[in-house]
Amino acid sequence: MDNDTSPKVAAQATVDTSELIGRGNREGNRLFKEWYGRVSSGPERGEKAAYVFVMGSAAELLESFGFNLVLPEINGLQTAVRHVAEDYIDQAEGYGYATDVCGYVKADVGMQLRGGDHPMGRIPPPDLALQTNVCNTYIKWAEIWERLYHIPIVTLDIPGSRAGGRLPGRGHVDYENDLAYVRGQVDELIEVCEQVSGRRFDQDRLVEAMTHANSMTRAWVRVLDLNKARPAVFNAVTDGTVYLGVVNALRGRAEGADYFHDVVEELEYKAARGLGTPFEERHRLAFVGVPCYPIYRKFSEMFTQHGGIFVGSSYTWFASGGWSTGYEYDLSRPLDSLAEGLLVTGRAAMDTMFHVDRVLADMAEPYGIDGIVFHAIKSCRTVSSGLADSRRAVLEQTDVNALLIDSDHMDPRVVAEAGMRNRVDAFFEGLETRRLLAGARS
Amino acid sequence: MGTHVLDDWSGLSLDELLRHCRDLVEDPDYPTVRRWREHGGKVVGHFQVYFPEEIASAAGLLPVKIHGAPIEARQGDAHFGSNLCSIVKTSLELALSGRLELEMFVSHPICDTARNLAAVWGRNVSYPCEILYLPQNPTSRHAATYLRGEYQRLQRGLEEIAGRTVSDDDLRRSIAVYNENRRLLRRLYEIKRETPWLLAVDEAYVLVALGGRIPREEHNRLLGAVLPMLEQRGTAPQDRMRIVFEGGFCEQPPLDLLTTIAQSSYVVDDDLLVGLRWLLEDVPTDGDPLANLVTAYLDHSSYSPVQHDDRKPKEEMLLRRIRESGAGAAIISAAKMCEPGLDEQVPYVRVLEAEGIPYFVNEFEENMTSFDSLQIQLETFIENVLFAGAEV
Repeated sequence: MDNDTSPKVAAQATVDTSELIGRGNREGNRLFKEWYGRVSSGPERGEKAAYVFVMGSAAELLESFGFNLVLPEINGLQTAVRHVAEDYIDQAEGYGYATDVCGYVKADVGMQLRGGDHPMGRIPPPDLALQTNVCNTYIKWAEIWERLYHIPIVTLDIPGSRAGGRLPGRGHVDYENDLAYVRGQVDELIEVCEQVSGRRFDQDRLVEAMTHANSMTRAWVRVLDLNKARPAVFNAVTDGTVYLGVVNALRGRAEGADYFHDVVEELEYKAARGLGTPFEERHRLAFVGVPCYPIYRKFSEMFTQHGGIFVGSSYTWFASGGWSTGYEYDLSRPLDSLAEGLLVTGRAAMDTMFHVDRVLADMAEPYGIDGIVFHAIKSCRTVSSGLADSRRAVLEQTDVNALLIDSDHMDPRVVAEAGMRNRVDAFFEGLETRRLLAGARS
Repeated sequence: MGTHVLDDWSGLSLDELLRHCRDLVEDPDYPTVRRWREHGGKVVGHFQVYFPEEIASAAGLLPVKIHGAPIEARQGDAHFGSNLCSIVKTSLELALSGRLELEMFVSHPICDTARNLAAVWGRNVSYPCEILYLPQNPTSRHAATYLRGEYQRLQRGLEEIAGRTVSDDDLRRSIAVYNENRRLLRRLYEIKRETPWLLAVDEAYVLVALGGRIPREEHNRLLGAVLPMLEQRGTAPQDRMRIVFEGGFCEQPPLDLLTTIAQSSYVVDDDLLVGLRWLLEDVPTDGDPLANLVTAYLDHSSYSPVQHDDRKPKEEMLLRRIRESGAGAAIISAAKMCEPGLDEQVPYVRVLEAEGIPYFVNEFEENMTSFDSLQIQLETFIENVLFAGAEV
């Protein structure tokens, strides 16, 4: 990542500050509602729906075929934030899904059983589903749609890192073997897209989508990098989740590229003027995991009330599909580059879950991290299985405090708010004590 | 390597042999692996479900199937969060407690927890730990080429551990040994299907499981002696329900649970340790041995909830298993916290209901110790099916 957090694009002196500050959140929410509206009304225009996931969506390719992307994880979290997830989960459990099955999956099953009824609109059934193996549950999830709707489901198999730190690159026999496999699957995906959409593959449309995606990727890397500023210019958990929504929903679209141009402008403006989040910044934190959506606002307040600001979040790495790596497509060889992008970013998304300790150790110093919050959630074994061990590894490598808490990102029945709050309070007491001791020593 | 890791079992009766096998399988200190190491042998541990043991064996290494253990995960627990299956914790415990010493550990992308397991394991031991990325898109036209490359990569790593190269002839010899093992295991399951009163599910289980912790040459000799003894066993058939047990592809139910099931029914087929029986046919010993292993994995293999394959819809595969084994009912089980297993229970149950096949759903954990409740429920289920029609 670029260490320079100074403004790359000087905001105009004439800019309306009241309009600029917070624009990313306002516009993000507006675009999100528009996106849901477009998805919901797609069937009326004869448009087809492709169900995809945030990690490995191949959005640029599907966009080029005119599919409306449906992102079931985002549908799920929207039900949790709006406090209706339990209704959907109950319905899926009544259908037979066990209490220990992922809450996202069950919320989606509940929604499908209701004919797509969702707080943000009416989600159309899939005409096609594309899932990667970046999360194994994606594959099981897609099998549900296959059974419900008898649609083609395509697994885009992305071989991940074989071991921590073992990352063979271009020219290495293992990398080339993996890449050839993904490249071949891209061709097969195109065949399915042609059959389902009734359209021929259009390389120009793909390149157009990739151009927008490249612009978004550059901006995304810049956004994450800007939070090295002190104070941090955005909260990586709350603001970051809004940005993430646009990264995933509008990837490969002009409005997505325009949006991120504006977000960078806003955040550079803030960085140049030393403007932070609305909260006092006493402790710079990194977040690992998925936010606690059932009590989203209260969860954030548990930290901000103590002056804890999340300057980095593993969620922005893996849930952006690994686009925090900054991989940009080579537009002169679009399909080869699309395949490589899927491999590189998919692998990065996996690494930031399975080997997150390595990333955290690297970011602690440049981001000035005081503490790390590991949030394990019952639903997601992909993200959560290794957190206890990652925490232990990070503590061995860095000089930061770390907190591990458990809840869920969907199911309010699993969220023990009072107990979590007690642990968060104790964590901040530790941070304060540590600061006092450091002050006394110096 | 011609190392023998079993005590001399010649002269033992069938029951004594089965008891001996059970003792070895239940021993979390892996005495057979220890003996292998005492003779200077090196060991590759591989997690569930499938691993191409032929390659490791061709390098002179002992491949050991790791599928948890009925032990307390004192250290393993601390490295994992809550809400996870037991098998990953007890498997890691085997390594951290020193019970199972390895030169290499391999996991597979069977589920999200298993992929994390490789990373956790790797952070806590000094030997190589990695994921063998078996293809999750097995029907891709490019899967075979990819998997052959992946097997070559694995072979290079194993050669490094073994300190020797592996020739094609080494591989062919190894494949031949495993073909013989496959033949014997197929015969074992034929006995279960055709004359289940001769072989209870827990007995069959220990005979299969032992193969995961001894050289296959030795396993072949053992099975070669045991199978004729089973065929001549004088046990009389009883009026018991023929059932299929589904849900043992990864974490294993406690042996006592299987014994409990065996007391009231004949398990005529199952997916217990299915990875050891994954390849359904002999692998050709001519031509390119790695390519032959690849073809066998992709095209001539069993099924499980952790592999999506359009050619093998799992509920249809279950129905086929039930019909081909002549079963009248199924136990649809899953390990606690096992996402793939729990997910699969739903379509299994729906298809069984549609087909009017009685089923019994349960969850298990490898460390559970009380089976009284299960026994009562199972007996009630069977009585309902046998005496009150299929209303369960």
